[in-house]
Amino acid sequence: MDIELMYQENILDHYKNPRNLGKIENATVHHHEKNPLCGDELDMFLVIDKNSKITEVKINPKGCAISVASASMLSEELKGKGIDDVEKMTKENILKTLGIPISPVRLKCALLSLDTLKNSALIYGRYVKK
Amino acid sequence: MQQTKTILDVEQIRKDFPILNRKIHNKPLVYFDNAATSQKPSVVIDAIKNYYEQSNANVHRSIHQLGEEATEAYEKSREKIAGFINADSSQNIIFTKNSTEALNLLAYSLTSSLKKGDEIVISQLEHHSNFVPWQQLAKQKGLNLKFIEINKNIELDKESIKKNITKKTKIVSVGHISNAIGTINPIEQITKIAHENGALMVIDGSQAAPHMPLDMEKINSDFYVFTGHKMLGPTGVGVLYGKKELLENMQPFLYGGEMINEVKFEGTTFNQLPWKFEAGTPNIAEAIGLGIAIDYLQKVGMGGIHEHDKELTEYAMEKLSKVRDVAIYGPKERGPIISFNVKGVHAHDVSQILDSEGVAIRAGHHCCMPLMGVIGVAATARASFYLYNTEEEVDVFIKAIDKVKKVFGV
Repeated sequence: MDIELMYQENILDHYKNPRNLGKIENATVHHHEKNPLCGDELDMFLVIDKNSKITEVKINPKGCAISVASASMLSEELKGKGIDDVEKMTKENILKTLGIPISPVRLKCALLSLDTLKNSALIYGRYVKK
Repeated sequence: MQQTKTILDVEQIRKDFPILNRKIHNKPLVYFDNAATSQKPSVVIDAIKNYYEQSNANVHRSIHQLGEEATEAYEKSREKIAGFINADSSQNIIFTKNSTEALNLLAYSLTSSLKKGDEIVISQLEHHSNFVPWQQLAKQKGLNLKFIEINKNIELDKESIKKNITKKTKIVSVGHISNAIGTINPIEQITKIAHENGALMVIDGSQAAPHMPLDMEKINSDFYVFTGHKMLGPTGVGVLYGKKELLENMQPFLYGGEMINEVKFEGTTFNQLPWKFEAGTPNIAEAIGLGIAIDYLQKVGMGGIHEHDKELTEYAMEKLSKVRDVAIYGPKERGPIISFNVKGVHAHDVSQILDSEGVAIRAGHHCCMPLMGVIGVAATARASFYLYNTEEEVDVFIKAIDKVKKVFGV
């Protein structure tokens, strides 16, 4: 694997300056996910309106470059998306957004963001949207 | 012993390990993940192949030539292990799957006679395998689990040892060398304190048995466990050493074939030591392979291996401590393990970039999540050395760290 390809400029930029960093006090859903294998963590705060559309996103990621960049890039795509759109998202979407070769052992790092988002949507569907 | 670079003939030793010829991403393999598992010499690989090609049969029960050969080789391996750690006899040696199984055996069997409120003492440094079994059994049986704390150097705090081990303590279980940090624990002192308080002493020697001469008579612990695959042997075979009178009075952990004396509809009597603890067909080829690994280690010499590993670790510590923006965890005096982080770079990324230079290290919490919490890091990168590693390889490793810094702009 070409290591410079994996750690290309935009990945490192997202890692060092994650977009939408912070928290939302009155978030519709706040979810924390952890990858026990490597200790990567992600907090995701979503404000979701009555039409089940995401209007605001904040994240607080802790982890490796791949997991942080993945969360940062995903957060940029979420505003204006409906929860139904989130439910349709797949791992291929995330890998395409990342745009770098991901080896099988690093897949968990890359997909922590998607797991967090999917579980946030699940929590929203089960406990919030009534 | 001569304190020079030529303690071991490493060039010759390297020829015995076929995997060291491998190229990783077109670069020579530098294998620094020995605390996870060691590589295997040809003699061990051949012994396993030879067993299956020439002597494969079940042990102890088969009255035919192959059965006898298999049994003899299996039991000879047990004797070699007894000799390797200076145990009284091969009756003190029980084959398990690994250290984890040996520790589970002890946790189940030793707590069966304990009462609510009895105390077990472990330490903050322990691997999950010497942590979770005690924690879970303490929960089930209402026992108190206490922890010897670490000091700023990530060594066991002397006062905390004395404070935690009391007359209420029934079992003390600590590691000999920390797998996450490399700290060498004062196990003989702790054993003495445990015994003064009437407690049993268990030592997890997984990271010590591969690297130093061991003498059970001198250490005097009641139990000592280690695993074969970290000391040139195959996976799937570990060792539980125990004092005979204690083992004799313990309840078996696994029930089944081989471990019985007589089975009737009304009840069962158990086999004598050590077979009482070895239910079912054991990992015969692996146990034989471990015996051959021990032959190899003894031929090279455990004293020499210890000196070599120590010097190489000192060399690596000196080089790595000179690299800016690298934090090293733990004391200066340590086993052949260096746990570190590069500022602003997650250990996984360090490991990934090192791999691109052919250097294999470990990154993560090293199965020591409580310890990582105490130190205040999510993960560390860990380089660990063995008899076939060289100073030249350390230099490649240091250069690869520079690459990590370059890629991340540290």
